[in-house]
Amino acid sequence: MKSKKIHDRYATIAMTILFIILAIMIILPIYALFIASFKPGGDLLQYGLNLNLNLERWSLDNYILLFAGKHEYWLWFLNSIILTVISVLSTLAVSAFVGYGFAAYSFKGQNVMFVIVLIILSIPLEVVMLPLYKQMSTWGLMDNYLSVILPFMANASTIFFFRQYLLGIPKSLLEAGRIDGATEYGIFFRLVVPIMKPAFAAMAILNGMSAWNNYLWPLLVIRSSSKYTLTLGLNTLINPYGDNYSLLIVGSFFSIIPIFILFVCFQKYFIEGMTAGAVKG
Amino acid sequence: MLKKFFYSQKIAPYVFILPFVITVLLFWVAPISNGVLLSFQDVLKDEWVGTKNYSRLLSDKNFFKAIFNSVKYMIGTLVLLIPFPMLFASLLNSKLMKRSGLFKSIYFLPALTSVVVAGTIFRLMFGEASSSLANQVIGLFGASPIKWLKGVNTSYFALLLIACWRWTGVNILYFLAGLQSIPTDLYEAASIDGASKWQQFKKISVPLIKPTTVYVLTISIYAGLSMFLESYMVFKGNNSPNNIGLTIVGYLYRQGIEKRAMGYACAVGLILLVVVMLINLVQLKITGTFDKEEK
Repeated sequence: MKSKKIHDRYATIAMTILFIILAIMIILPIYALFIASFKPGGDLLQYGLNLNLNLERWSLDNYILLFAGKHEYWLWFLNSIILTVISVLSTLAVSAFVGYGFAAYSFKGQNVMFVIVLIILSIPLEVVMLPLYKQMSTWGLMDNYLSVILPFMANASTIFFFRQYLLGIPKSLLEAGRIDGATEYGIFFRLVVPIMKPAFAAMAILNGMSAWNNYLWPLLVIRSSSKYTLTLGLNTLINPYGDNYSLLIVGSFFSIIPIFILFVCFQKYFIEGMTAGAVKG
Repeated sequence: MLKKFFYSQKIAPYVFILPFVITVLLFWVAPISNGVLLSFQDVLKDEWVGTKNYSRLLSDKNFFKAIFNSVKYMIGTLVLLIPFPMLFASLLNSKLMKRSGLFKSIYFLPALTSVVVAGTIFRLMFGEASSSLANQVIGLFGASPIKWLKGVNTSYFALLLIACWRWTGVNILYFLAGLQSIPTDLYEAASIDGASKWQQFKKISVPLIKPTTVYVLTISIYAGLSMFLESYMVFKGNNSPNNIGLTIVGYLYRQGIEKRAMGYACAVGLILLVVVMLINLVQLKITGTFDKEEK
């Protein structure tokens, strides 16, 4: 018995060491970005990104540039916030509505429609991106946030998540609502929406994260730099003119912060939203 | 009368799923059918060219290079991002492991970064200067600096490293979610019967998390085959030396957006769509989704 205890203890130590090493490897790139944000942008160009502290070269110049310099960073930041908030709200509203339709009723054509949800769930956007892009330009929606928001409001993975979540609510609740004289839509808005809060939280975070980090589709449809999101704007800085690299590095580091704060506060929902698809009931 | 119709319990479900139906028609069915039509056209000259775009694809070396690169990348990610996260998740799930919550959070951090930020970090870490992090590391072993992003194998390594950095944590979470749905008494019974931890992992964990594995496998296949931005960021644009970083979607982007050969690019897109749909069918068949939904 005693030897087993010792054995277990060694196992714990060995595993902890393994995971600490892994954790260090995962944190290293972010740490490198962090220390680079205190060094002149030109150093990056010349020496690449590394872990050398070079404390004598440290200054707050990049941060001063970020907060007081002449550039469009905060405009991009604001655009990203606006676009993320609108995308998340519209996606949640529309997808919850649709998910409820799938979960609460049995209707003709339901299975076919649900298989379509599953199929769309697995088609990468890249496949339809070009014809969709052409369509947006025919409709005159180029350089318009509508083209970033509209196609993704009824989002297949969010619908799938809400449907799974709502399958769990007792049908008697809906019946009780009907007996009380609520309409079908009244039941959804007054009885169901309030109990969906945890599901909304998980999906808000998942969709918010992908909207904040979205790059490829906005790259195609957004043209003017005054409408750039943070990811689009940051990537215009990779050409090393003037202060670009200083702003790129400090701006990249700063762009992680809003999401990081959300992650620290709502970790549970991040993980729930992320793993929602993996264990299908 | 109309109001009564709209509020009836028979019609309501269709009202509920209407936004989805509209989305599917406008943003999936329309572009896909449009893509099919465009793939038989020369869009710039605005004329029908029959199957010329497709026959041109068959003799297009760069297209095959793009397919080769995408498939190679996908296989690399499958080999690295399924077994290791599965193993790590089992270890983290063990009772002997304390503070596993903290590790879980740390491993998830890279998934919060955008591909632009992640790509920029890795591009600079794999810089050509002898003082870039990658060259410093190999310098410890006495090797001289390498131009990482100019060689076939070294740039493949860099791309895979980005994928591992960003997705190991997420895949660990997936597998943990799967493992936590396995009843613990199975492991207790096995250890009473004298099964070693490794045997328990092989005989209990691996078979019982198969649904999770299939899920992770499928999303990894899609993500691998449609990879573009990682390469776009690392090579500072869509042009890599000798096209070592060219992927299927990169080729689609080059033809459709950069060279404005929309018809030709749509043919590339449709081939990718067909491949994805085939994988999809196989996956739905294996997991038995069709049977479940029909019951």
